[in-house]
Amino acid sequence: MNHNIYIYILIMIGVTYLIRMLPLTLMRRPIRNVFLTSFLYYVPYVTLSVMTFPAILQATASPWAGAVAFVIGIFAAWRGANLFKVAIICCVIVFALEYLFVP
Amino acid sequence: MAFREGMRDSIPIALCYLAVSFSIGIIAANGGVSAMQGFFTSFFCMASAGEYIGFTLIAAQATYTEVALMTLIANARYLLMSAAWSQRMNPSLSIGHRMLMALDLTDELFAIAIARKGYLNPLYSYGAALFPAICWASGTALGCIAGDILPSRIVSALSVSLYGMFIAIIIPPAKENRIVAYIIVACFILSAAATYLPLLSSLSSGTRIILLTVIISAAAALLFPRKPETEIPQ
Repeated sequence: MNHNIYIYILIMIGVTYLIRMLPLTLMRRPIRNVFLTSFLYYVPYVTLSVMTFPAILQATASPWAGAVAFVIGIFAAWRGANLFKVAIICCVIVFALEYLFVP
Repeated sequence: MAFREGMRDSIPIALCYLAVSFSIGIIAANGGVSAMQGFFTSFFCMASAGEYIGFTLIAAQATYTEVALMTLIANARYLLMSAAWSQRMNPSLSIGHRMLMALDLTDELFAIAIARKGYLNPLYSYGAALFPAICWASGTALGCIAGDILPSRIVSALSVSLYGMFIAIIIPPAKENRIVAYIIVACFILSAAATYLPLLSSLSSGTRIILLTVIISAAAALLFPRKPETEIPQ
């Protein structure tokens, strides 16, 4: 089956917008259900973790460079580096390692 | 004035978005998304994880239902942030302002808006959204084009900036909260297992992420329930 890229994009935009818009316009009271609030609290960390590893190993030309960037990125974030710094540190490490070791 | 304050506070965020959206653009180009389409999608989505998974699924020619479902799950945290924002709004604020503010509710813009005192000021949020939205969309468009033009070494290096951003989001709360730290480690292990083990590795990456997210988050919510007062992240 052939899929239309514009339909894909409109679905992404529509769903993303509704998620952000509906609580803001409809909610007047906080969520009380403990399971639901806990679930929603953990979702971002779980999704981001699952998407980061092992995908970071497959994103680079050499999986070893990705692995080192992963470990040092975690270390830098643990030591308080902000979003921008961690992103740049990871890029620089991959570039340097691949420049030195990948022919 | 609030508009200008928002613009000023958002400059570091905009720079970060420019670097990270580049790798989103590289992924988008893999799925046959043009620079124009990438710009358009990023301008209106403003979501790193959501767009990452969306473009990955487009590259895999996934069904429309899969794209909708995965966009929903990858962005589920915005439900929570939107709910948190709704608690900080002047009850008389018009629905038009609420709908416009919702457009650029990202992790970072959520954080800088919530850090201010009193009711949220829509003008501050519009000012804060301006540069980041332009940078995020332009970065994606550049990534779509540059994937072909730049040397492969540079593309390889830039493609990890997205993961660097993910790491920078998940690690600080893990430092504060040991349960979150254990859950993150469990996620890494289970995700690696699901990627490499014989039977599970036949799942598409989108399905794998959906299943792992729902199962691990539900298990965490059952094992370590949180009190409603602590529902707001950061």
